[in-house]
Amino acid sequence: MSLKASISTIFMGDSQADRVVPPTGFTARLTLFAAATMAFLTVFALALSLASGRLAARWGDELAQSSTLRISAPAEQMEAQTEAALTVLQSTPGIASARALSDDEQRALLAPWFGPDLPVDGLPIPQLIEILEDDEGYDAAGLRLRLQAEVPGAVLDDHTRWRKPLERAAGRLRLLGWVAILLITATTGVMITLAANAALAANSQVIAVLRLIGARDTYIARAFVRRFTLRALLGATIGAGLGMLAMLLLPAAQDEGGFLTGLGFSGFGWVLPLIIPPLTGAVAFAATGAAARRVLAELA
Amino acid sequence: MIELDNIAYTYGGGELLSEISLKLAPGSFHFLTGPSGAGKTTFLKLCYGVLTPTAGRAMLFGQDVREMDRDDHALTRRRIGVVHQDCQFLNHLPVADNVALPLTVSGRDTLDQVANLKELLSWVGLGHRAGALPPELSGGERQRAALARAVIMSPEVVLADEPTGNVDWEMSQRLLQLLVELNRMGKTILIATHDMNLIRAAKHHVQARVLRISNRKLQLAGADL
Repeated sequence: MSLKASISTIFMGDSQADRVVPPTGFTARLTLFAAATMAFLTVFALALSLASGRLAARWGDELAQSSTLRISAPAEQMEAQTEAALTVLQSTPGIASARALSDDEQRALLAPWFGPDLPVDGLPIPQLIEILEDDEGYDAAGLRLRLQAEVPGAVLDDHTRWRKPLERAAGRLRLLGWVAILLITATTGVMITLAANAALAANSQVIAVLRLIGARDTYIARAFVRRFTLRALLGATIGAGLGMLAMLLLPAAQDEGGFLTGLGFSGFGWVLPLIIPPLTGAVAFAATGAAARRVLAELA
Repeated sequence: MIELDNIAYTYGGGELLSEISLKLAPGSFHFLTGPSGAGKTTFLKLCYGVLTPTAGRAMLFGQDVREMDRDDHALTRRRIGVVHQDCQFLNHLPVADNVALPLTVSGRDTLDQVANLKELLSWVGLGHRAGALPPELSGGERQRAALARAVIMSPEVVLADEPTGNVDWEMSQRLLQLLVELNRMGKTILIATHDMNLIRAAKHHVQARVLRISNRKLQLAGADL
């Protein structure tokens, strides 16, 4: 029987054939519970992975194409060095724009630590220059050499040392989420295989009778596969539904909360958990089919 | 149909059957007898392909048993009705469903067949027990239900292993009558039994050959009854 026909039989069903396998209350509840739990956990792993992806993208986008030049010089040389630095920057290929931050902007940057009334004019605060790159970017090493020669008090910070570890951490977190999903999927397959094996072993006498009267192995296997696939599908639907409900009840994303409050789904992300029930059904279909084929071959 | 050519069967290092040849002709009626443990059940299992001979060749409907895959075996068993000594039912299904199982597994459980099922249950005297579960049946009722299940697919051959082993004389006569009726419909019948009274009673109804397993070999026990 083709895969398409097998899948069709799973959903169309055969009420008479379903009754051939005796009802097994314990394994039915076990499969339902395992599928529901695994689907619930998968929703969380998926949310973690998607949130990590969003975080990595945000950190990357915000820091990737900007740099800061810090000029530390005596007050009387500050303006001249700033002018010299801007001249160097404007003539550097790969730099789209460069501008010196105003006193107000620098005060705003320091406000979280020193309060809003900081007398910037009276303090030896370095002058900051914001650099925005174009798409091709600039040669940071070459620029440092030029600045060293022409603006001795300038220090270039291209954010690499901040950005890379953050992006790497977010990337690892996202990978961890996907690995968790893979492991949960595999564990679901293992649990359903164990339950199917137990059901097949408990029904070896039924299998012997069915063979005696001319049942093909595909017919016998289908009776078990259909039962376990539908149970797993129902369990996963319940689990995924509860998982999505839990996500919905999480606090909304806020800047203050950072990563934790941004753990839920957003936009298209809400569609992804809907894949979990059919995926679980497919895993159950494959796992029970393989278990049935193996047990039937052993009993032959 | 069923043809055994010089077959032997060995199990656990010991030879249970040896040098056995038999050809079951269509419409024939055979008894297979022999002492308990002589190998009658093993012989029947060789006849419907559950066991494969360790030597010689067993042909079922023109196919060598050794060359048959599991699907071939399933299809062959639809052409051979088997009545087991222990009946082998699915205890969670009512009698009617158990009898109809061969139709169910072959995808032939149509409305016409359901009507035939009622007739068949009446024929074996179980019309009123259709909804009962197998454990609720008496020994004779179980044997009759097993016979009904064996013939529901209208098989060409019916093999029965001690069909009267657990029933009284009156019931064994009734079962014999049902098997004779099947033979008159053209079915080939092979009954394994150690009950010589049953064989003697059969001579009034049917011309049968009596085969005997003795010392691992098959012998013709006597002239036609």
